[in-house]
Amino acid sequence: MERRWLRVLRTPLGAGAAALCGLVLVLAVVAPLVWGAAAEAVDTADILAGPSSEHWAGTDNLGRDILARVLVATRLSIGLALAATAIAVLVGLLLGSAPYLLGRRAGRLMTAIVNAAVAFPGLLLALFFAVVFGLGARGAVLAIGLAGAPSFARLTHALVANLAARDFVAAARIAGVGRLRVLFRHILPNVAEPLAVNATIGAGTVLLSFAGLSFLGLGVQSPDYDWGRLLYEGVSALYVNPMAALAPGAAVLLAGLAFNLLGESVAKGLGSPTLRGGPPPAPSADGDSRRAPAGEDARDDVEAADPDVVLDVRDLEVTVPGPRGAIRPVRGVSFTVRRGEAVGVVGESGSGKSLTALAVTRLVADSGHVEATRLRLLGDDLRGADTPRRRRLLGTSLAMVFQDPMTSLNPTRRIGGQLAEVASHHLGMPRREAMSRAEDRLGAVGIPDVGRRARQYPHEFSGGMRQRAMIGMGLMGSPRLIVADEPTTALDVTVQQQVLDLLATIRGDDAVGLVLISHDVTVVGEVCDRVLVMYAGRIVEDLPTSELATGARHPYTRALVAAVPDMETDIDEPLATIPGRPVDPAELPAGCAYAARCPLADARCRAEDPPLVADPGGRRVACWHAGEPLPGGTAEHPADELVETP
Amino acid sequence: MSSTANPVLETASGDESGTGLLRRPWTRFALRRLVRLLVSVWVLVTASFAMIHLMPGDPVRAALGPTAPAALVEARRHALGLDEPLLVQYVHYLGGLFTGDLGTSLSAQLPVSDIVAQRLPATLTLTVLAFAAAVVIAVPLGVTMGVLTRGGRGRRTELAFTTTSVVLGTIPDFLIGVGLVAVFGVHLGWLPVAGNATPSAHILPVVAMAIGPAVILARILRVEMVGVLESDFIRTARAKRLPARTVYFRHALPNAVTAALTLSGLILSAMAVGTVLVENVFAWPGLGRTIVDSILTKDYPVAQAIVLVYGAGVLLVNSAVDVALALLDPRSMIRED
Repeated sequence: MERRWLRVLRTPLGAGAAALCGLVLVLAVVAPLVWGAAAEAVDTADILAGPSSEHWAGTDNLGRDILARVLVATRLSIGLALAATAIAVLVGLLLGSAPYLLGRRAGRLMTAIVNAAVAFPGLLLALFFAVVFGLGARGAVLAIGLAGAPSFARLTHALVANLAARDFVAAARIAGVGRLRVLFRHILPNVAEPLAVNATIGAGTVLLSFAGLSFLGLGVQSPDYDWGRLLYEGVSALYVNPMAALAPGAAVLLAGLAFNLLGESVAKGLGSPTLRGGPPPAPSADGDSRRAPAGEDARDDVEAADPDVVLDVRDLEVTVPGPRGAIRPVRGVSFTVRRGEAVGVVGESGSGKSLTALAVTRLVADSGHVEATRLRLLGDDLRGADTPRRRRLLGTSLAMVFQDPMTSLNPTRRIGGQLAEVASHHLGMPRREAMSRAEDRLGAVGIPDVGRRARQYPHEFSGGMRQRAMIGMGLMGSPRLIVADEPTTALDVTVQQQVLDLLATIRGDDAVGLVLISHDVTVVGEVCDRVLVMYAGRIVEDLPTSELATGARHPYTRALVAAVPDMETDIDEPLATIPGRPVDPAELPAGCAYAARCPLADARCRAEDPPLVADPGGRRVACWHAGEPLPGGTAEHPADELVETP
Repeated sequence: MSSTANPVLETASGDESGTGLLRRPWTRFALRRLVRLLVSVWVLVTASFAMIHLMPGDPVRAALGPTAPAALVEARRHALGLDEPLLVQYVHYLGGLFTGDLGTSLSAQLPVSDIVAQRLPATLTLTVLAFAAAVVIAVPLGVTMGVLTRGGRGRRTELAFTTTSVVLGTIPDFLIGVGLVAVFGVHLGWLPVAGNATPSAHILPVVAMAIGPAVILARILRVEMVGVLESDFIRTARAKRLPARTVYFRHALPNAVTAALTLSGLILSAMAVGTVLVENVFAWPGLGRTIVDSILTKDYPVAQAIVLVYGAGVLLVNSAVDVALALLDPRSMIRED
């Protein structure tokens, strides 16, 4: 524990605050001894003088040296502040731990009273108690101490309640130890540290409040003086000698800040043991990929855009910063989506399929870096910085459907408005017109009673309804492409089919291209024309859905298909799984990323990554052993030694 | 199209079914809050009543001074009803509050309600202006800092902002006020430093009160914004290709203000009471100066009434914040039970 406190002192802020606190405490002890006489020396020939070499901060209305008085006042100011802090902490401790001792009913009442008191500003409570206890230093100490007590009471209560629920306290209670004893032996020692930290912060606040009360004339009374009293006297002479007010003001401010910041930095230091733990910035690999495609841009532009192609992606790469340098979860993905075509993207989590979707729609978070030799939507290049024209194209021609409809809609805005803003922003529709289009679109995705529903908030919608609204949002423009990232994963099984049917209908009606990302081969097989199988950031196979069951050539695709239970699956057998674990994108092996889990893998597979090769029919596969029969039967029962390859 | 046009679905949805007014979330919410408010008001009123009676010694004797003749003290005590049993006094006090009678000032011999009515507008003006200024500064600042430091970016900016805001947020308003008076009033002579006669006289007190709350609010807003900007619905808003301003202010900000709004309630009530100090720096003719004068002259009925007024203001602000939270985020109302 002491080492942690010491570490706080090594941060610049903590060290500065601690040094200042030390200085203030030393002054409190020493100053009256050194400057006590100077502070009292009356010089009627030199009253209310400005700063001079003799009196650095000038003199007051009796000709006394203001700087000396400010230094001497340290003792009384700090002493009173610490006394008031002690009262606040002690009373707070008493009120805060009382509910634990009093039992349920009385404890609740106690907590309610404390909570009510906390709602009132400290200054109001201090004024109240100042009236009750009367003018002067003693009354002010009591007033400020009691005014600070409720917040300490609440802190103590929270800490005690938290500890009381812990096992070691419960164990002590079961062992027959009384509540009072448990409180003193087990709870309070553990509460001490956070309380001490907050008392340090509190001392700073109390110091400043005390100055306020004395400044009002309600605290320390003449002939005694603390910083607040000096400020009170100085303000009346502000036009004659501003230093008379500024010097005590600066003193109280510095001391108050010192305590406050010391407490804050200790609190921060104790709360988060590792202050340095952020990811290392500026990964070197990022720079490489940034340079690479510059020369290829020109080559790409030569090729004319095929009007039938909605989305055209070539050599897509996404780089993101990782804990140990940059990683590349998407490594050279190329595919096209034609008008009205539904393309499925399947793969395990971590295969890069969702990031691919975000990259082609330009939604990768700021930290990620996207590169491609070609990225076109409806023939328009999507690379480089956004232009207003491109934002409109993306906003109206591209629809996104995200995985979790529970979190993808803004909880603080009405559904109708969330749809309407697409039309009012991109199509310049007036508010009312946009709203009626929103209702129309909600109706189109099968939401009943749209007039009422449009005025509801997302939390009033069921999961399936929200996903419909999400799809409706994409239909506000005139989408040519829908990118749906696991649109049914978060939904009830009975609702899944409805949402898939809706997507299929929209695609069929308007010849909209669809990219459907899913970990579920069945879903993709049902909706899509073509399947892209992704593994470790690459496409490993691209084939028509009709051939998925029998014509898959990549061992990974075959394993995926085999892992789907069907009506003939023997329910007494354990469900088939793909052995091994997906590859960590931070630790890619040299050769084929699937080699470690592949029953066909040989030495070549572990050394060389197979390229994605297209056959005349347009099917693509990346495997040295594409289509070869699997050894030892099916993927469900792979040989053990192959599984264990590291 | 409207909700009344479709009674069947209305009932089926459950949340507005006609089984009784108490079932409606809004009614339940309002009732709960009303009960809580009434209890708080009672506690406040009782505390302000107790204020005079908790003092050691006789308040009338204290106000008139040790040299006043005993007969005069007795007569004044009788006039104020202080010689009656405590319970009777309490009932009178409560009855008086209902009719707007806050007692009589010991020194001015005026109804306290007149004094409060005369001084309250100046304090209200100062509080409202200062709070508005704080919000106007805090919202763009907090949102901008949130955007600049989202997702762990701009670590240096974050450190600089956090440190500056902690320091500025710690300086009490009356010290800022004294500093402003010294610089802009005395040294530069640009702005008036006392009273509320001219519009320009409002500038320094408002600035003095607004700086601290503004940075504290901005700090909370930044933290909340950084969190909200990571959420899925912001990705949805980006997918709609809305302008950055719309994404940050219309989509992110309403989700980030819950914590800030709760805090701003505390800040507003602290600012209202904080006028006590700032009014005394700037010789502002409001309640704050009056309460200090009344405490110094031992005019306790006035002090008592002003404490009550401040306390009522605090309760009002807290209730308003509760309602605003429920309006802004309808889920908070339901979540409560």
